[in-house]
Amino acid sequence: MIVLGVALLAACTLVGVYLGDLLGVALGVKANVGGVGIAMILLIVARLWLSRRGGLTKGVQFGVEFWAGMYIPIVVAMAAQQNVVAAVSGGPIVVIAATGSLVLCFGAVALLSRIGRRDPGSPEVEHGGSVIGGEAVPAPTGKQG
Amino acid sequence: MWHDIEHVFIEQSLVAAFAVVGALILVSNLAAKRFTRGRVHGSAIAIVLGLGLAYVGGLYTGGKKGVADIPALAGIGLMGGAMLRDFAIVATAFEVDVIEARRAGLVGVLALALGTIIPFLVGTLTAVAFGYHDAVSITTIGAGAITYIVGPVTGAAIGADSTVMALSIATGVTKAVMVMVGTPLVAKLIGLDNPRSAMAYGGLMGTVSGVAGGLAATDPKLVPYGALTATFHTGIGCLVGPSIFYLTVRALVG
Repeated sequence: MIVLGVALLAACTLVGVYLGDLLGVALGVKANVGGVGIAMILLIVARLWLSRRGGLTKGVQFGVEFWAGMYIPIVVAMAAQQNVVAAVSGGPIVVIAATGSLVLCFGAVALLSRIGRRDPGSPEVEHGGSVIGGEAVPAPTGKQG
Repeated sequence: MWHDIEHVFIEQSLVAAFAVVGALILVSNLAAKRFTRGRVHGSAIAIVLGLGLAYVGGLYTGGKKGVADIPALAGIGLMGGAMLRDFAIVATAFEVDVIEARRAGLVGVLALALGTIIPFLVGTLTAVAFGYHDAVSITTIGAGAITYIVGPVTGAAIGADSTVMALSIATGVTKAVMVMVGTPLVAKLIGLDNPRSAMAYGGLMGTVSGVAGGLAATDPKLVPYGALTATFHTGIGCLVGPSIFYLTVRALVG
């Protein structure tokens, strides 16, 4: 059942965002602290649990993977509603602060990605990429429960 | 005739958004194949096109939400809003390879710390260079360099005035746009080609919209790893901005 996959995704998102809100209140911040990240971890755990118990059916998988495949289109829609006018006309202080932190952070990524040995990559990761890129055939072999 | 079409678009706003975005991606993929021979990712072109349209839409309507302020395209606001965006981000976690993620975990934590401190330092120093001397303004502008959410949350908590808030938000938005456009350009240079560096990247860049766009345009397989760390970034920024960072700045400038 496809809707079970969507419901699983929804449940993980709701619980994660709720926990993020609670964490924010506990820490005294007016923001959600990592709710989406917690939801992602919940979904990873749920997937492992389901695949061990044989509950990861094609339908469930497709229900979640459909939304993973919608990620890029949704991001394009997100880009189309940014306040680009404000970004372009922000003045020098805005441009300098943004560019400066960007350049330094890119540098730090370069530094951190050189720590440890290089990743050879794995087929699971490649497959994930094609699902999110919207090019994969749903429910591949070898990943079913 | 035109009026009737517009009416359908307004009434079926989310459905219209799916059609419009789909068409945009189709055009971008064709352009990527034709003009760049596949060297530039179709999604990168689509995201830049989206940003360009947002600029035109913003000029045309004078609003803050790009093309979503045009009534016939209001569905784009729903489709690309925080709710569906977060839903899709969580869905990408389904594709995470647990072993890869665990290997990258420690780097992600380190990146989160650096990704909060570095932009804040740059933001505060720029604010001081431009003649801001009070702790509240310096902290608010510095926090804006972390993300455009951390800026106003911090500013509101410590009582910044509205012009400083606007500057802080503009800094964050500019950073997000630059991350979206810049990431695919420098991806090779900074070694952004595996889950570990993607987690470092997500933690360092933070801005969820920037990372969402930047990684989608670079390589879809890295999306869940970068998104995982990036989504913690705003929360941490909102936590330390009005507390540790503000107190430190106040101790330094009096």
